[in-house]
Amino acid sequence: MYTSEFAYKKANSVAEALSLLQQHPDAKLLAGGHSLIPTMKLRLAAPSALIDISKVAELRGVRKENDTLVIGAMTTYHELETSNLLKAHCPLLPQAVYLIGDPMVRAKGTIGGSLAHADPAADLPASMLALGAKIKAQGPNGTRVIEADDFFTGMFSTALQEGEILTEIHIPILEGAKMAYAKFPHPASRYAVVGVAVVVDGGNVRAAVTGAGEHAMRLGKLEQALSGQPLTTANIAAACQGLLSPGNLNHDLAASREYRAHLVDVMAKRALMQAAGL
Amino acid sequence: MANKFFGKAMKRVEDPRFITGTGNYTDDMSLPGMAEAAMVRSPYAHAHIKKIDASRALTYPGVLAVITGQEMKDAGINGIPTGWLHPGIKTPPHYAITIDKARHVGDIVAAVIAESRQIAEDAAQLVEVDYEPLPAVALGSDALKPGAPAVHDDVPDNVCFTWSIGDKAAVDAAFASAYKTVKLNLRNNRLVPNAMEPRASLAQYLKASDEYTLWTTSQNPHIHRLLIAAFIMGIPEHKLRVIAPDVGGGFGSKIYQYPEEIIVLYAAKKLNRPVKWTARRSESFVTDSHGRDHETVAEMAVDQNGKITAVRVDTIANMGAYLTTFAPAVPTYLYGCLLAGTYTTPHIYCHVTAPFTHTTPVDAYRGAGRPEATYLLERLVDVMAHELGMDPVEFRRKNLIPPDAFPYQTPVALQYDSGNYEANLDKALEMVGYQDLRRQQAELRKQGRYIGIGAITFIEACGLAPSALVGSLGAQAGQWESALVRVMPTGKVEVFTGTHSHGQGHETAFAQVVADELQIPVEDVVLVHGDTGRMPYGWGSYGSRSAPTGLSAIVLATRKITDKAKKIAAHLLEASPDDIVHEDGKFMVKGVPDKAKTFFDIALMAHLAHNYPADLEPGLEATHFYDPKNFVYPFGTHIAVVEVDPDTGKVKLLRYLSVDDCGPVINPLIADGQVHGGIAQGLGQALLEEAVYDKEGQILSGNFLEYTLPRADDMVQIEHDHTVTPCPHNPLGIKGIGEAGTIASTAAVANAVMDALRPFGIVHLDMPYTPEKVWRAIHGSRLAQAAD
Repeated sequence: MYTSEFAYKKANSVAEALSLLQQHPDAKLLAGGHSLIPTMKLRLAAPSALIDISKVAELRGVRKENDTLVIGAMTTYHELETSNLLKAHCPLLPQAVYLIGDPMVRAKGTIGGSLAHADPAADLPASMLALGAKIKAQGPNGTRVIEADDFFTGMFSTALQEGEILTEIHIPILEGAKMAYAKFPHPASRYAVVGVAVVVDGGNVRAAVTGAGEHAMRLGKLEQALSGQPLTTANIAAACQGLLSPGNLNHDLAASREYRAHLVDVMAKRALMQAAGL
Repeated sequence: MANKFFGKAMKRVEDPRFITGTGNYTDDMSLPGMAEAAMVRSPYAHAHIKKIDASRALTYPGVLAVITGQEMKDAGINGIPTGWLHPGIKTPPHYAITIDKARHVGDIVAAVIAESRQIAEDAAQLVEVDYEPLPAVALGSDALKPGAPAVHDDVPDNVCFTWSIGDKAAVDAAFASAYKTVKLNLRNNRLVPNAMEPRASLAQYLKASDEYTLWTTSQNPHIHRLLIAAFIMGIPEHKLRVIAPDVGGGFGSKIYQYPEEIIVLYAAKKLNRPVKWTARRSESFVTDSHGRDHETVAEMAVDQNGKITAVRVDTIANMGAYLTTFAPAVPTYLYGCLLAGTYTTPHIYCHVTAPFTHTTPVDAYRGAGRPEATYLLERLVDVMAHELGMDPVEFRRKNLIPPDAFPYQTPVALQYDSGNYEANLDKALEMVGYQDLRRQQAELRKQGRYIGIGAITFIEACGLAPSALVGSLGAQAGQWESALVRVMPTGKVEVFTGTHSHGQGHETAFAQVVADELQIPVEDVVLVHGDTGRMPYGWGSYGSRSAPTGLSAIVLATRKITDKAKKIAAHLLEASPDDIVHEDGKFMVKGVPDKAKTFFDIALMAHLAHNYPADLEPGLEATHFYDPKNFVYPFGTHIAVVEVDPDTGKVKLLRYLSVDDCGPVINPLIADGQVHGGIAQGLGQALLEEAVYDKEGQILSGNFLEYTLPRADDMVQIEHDHTVTPCPHNPLGIKGIGEAGTIASTAAVANAVMDALRPFGIVHLDMPYTPEKVWRAIHGSRLAQAAD
């Protein structure tokens, strides 16, 4: 596998990375590299330069600020999986991250890299939507915060603008909320054919699916059906039917539209049963 | 002879270098002045090549040459021949670089040689090929339809060959008078071999001596040398040395003579520089010869007593775009001849039509023909048992060849030399707790859980093979094997074998046997293989032949050493050679243990020849060429237990048990490892793997994002044991074990899945049992039941 020629620049700070982006207009930011490098090796992408931000200290780690968890964009999956803060305040993320790839992938892959890449089959976008996360981006004109609901705009496309860097993910702490992620992995790639994240905060249900459509999306029908209802087996089963119509869903060798739509129902049900402890 | 090492689970001597990344694979090598090659490959399954413009590539800095098929043909390079011919077979030319047309995605159109692989790959993108895409055909049965696009102009109907075996009239009569018959339409899914090490070749040409050396990923370097020298390039055979160094897996795919090897040899001479090429994984997917790909109508007939009276098979075996080295043998003699299985079926007929298609060539892949035969036969047996209302195991038992029937002549050419099938079956049933399993299955079904049990028996014919027999069947090769055992003055021993180890652990297992034969420490034996410059001629490793055929040659050569050593000992001990016994690592006068010489004493004196028998040659080495009397016939029982999730269609393996009979086991660690790996590959075919082509001949599963190889979490801890029925016609009674796991496990897993789906009224699905396929079948069945 041989990429086209490119320059490699290592950034030591967000400011330096922003400046390098200005200097190299065709550059790509390099995080864990698990999506970008294979694309380059297949010569589907040929950036003039890679700006490596994976070691930028200010982009790494999980911290608690009042009622919010702040996750640096370059925090690896492994760090998320083993974070005591997340286990205590947002168990959904360690659970979902554990289902990503294998230990080698989780050692290199980063949350920010995944969200910015916006692979329609990536796992974490569903959790971001279900948790109501906010995504912080820094650009030449300053910093802005994007709601997760507004972040994913299409297949491999996000609300990030040219020259912007995704720096942090802010997750509201929902003490006592029940949450779970259920995934039907692609047998070969182990990406999500369908993955459903649910967060039940008191009577409020938030649910989102990844893998089904062009980008991760909320399951509005499910949220409406279950919000304010007791989480019983019967209620869950009744709510998880025909959540998405097959017409607009993804289809590939592993799953037709119809089968995907069916899997959304099954995974939603399994996520809810797990969250409810049933 | 007391066995000190035979049967011992010794750790592999190969492993430290493989595990620590210090093996020596072809791509690890680099020679001074070495250039590297990249291939320009057709993106179309079928296209006219109207024009190739290399001018931009040639001006790219660092590019040394752009080679076309026409250039090589003009230089006198011939096409690549096949190694097996049937009467009437069509063998259209297979040039290393195609000249007029591209015939499959990945067909080589030009080769770029440059200072580095990076430059070669960059420049390959600059070679402008003017293609005129043409209609293509990917499925064998489609290629046989009237008006289908022809793959080769001189084979307008795409029929490469037809072949049949058995007495058709007798079979038809048996069906006409049958008590019951069953019929299945089966597709045996096409597989991509996916050896861990991609193919690689490095060629060196020495102008002064006009000699070539080719390092290449091969299971059989002598076959490469013969084909290249005698047929393709006209290099005098003694001017070409082929070396297969460490090779990371083959599974058949590294038997064949591939185009890239010819291209690097040609380029090395043209440029007078060494030239290397290593496949990218995406090249491996479309150029390593694929496996299986059958479309079959299979039928079975029984009488009122539940005895199988006939099996009738009609198969379309896809050959792909070109014939590779063993392709014509795989769906014929390695397939039709195996259709008796372990059963007393008196009448069998098999007809095969082998079309060309616009796909990657298809040839032997682990098991090669025998998994296809076992799969269809064992599917028929399960379906028939259900039809008869019999437990599938009891139906099998009723039809097994009894132990007193050996040697057993099947109606499809093979004569099984030995076997004890029922005892082997009983051992497996007892180990797995078959009756309890069936009870559990019934219980769980009441709870809405769908467990399936697949219990199959199988035989295989391996250890290729009597040369005269395979020659009479169309092989363009002998199938004996060679060994050279060389004792050094210090008593250390080099063993040269014509077989090749690319993961099988020969360096360990063969040394164990030689050490026992010579009664010396196992560390004193080293195995040398994979180099035409060092070994006697040999035919390589495939068809589980290395132990039964290659090791038999080694044992017989070793016994020549022992006989000579006794003569030297007799001379030194002033005794008659007849009175010398070889015990406890010493050559001693019978009954006089004090009068003894060690192996070292003998080895030294054989080389000094100071005090030496007058009528004996000095030196201590021996060669043996061993041509087996028959194939060997390993057999066994494999049992798979699966659970189907009816909501998603996902199949989960719960248990897997195998009881294999490969005769005496040399090294249980290695034999079990072979079985484990084989089972994983067979499970891959049943549940996960398929090379999917679209109608235009594009492969849709040509990468690891889409093509599912089995992983650790698809497997379970395998329960494994052996029975031991020695082969009666080789010196150690050993049989092969390399392919047994794959041959058996596809059928066992398939039958288990179908057993789990029985409550839904599903009789047959084609592999692989992907979640959507299984879910659709269940969903369809539920809808149908609801409609009732």
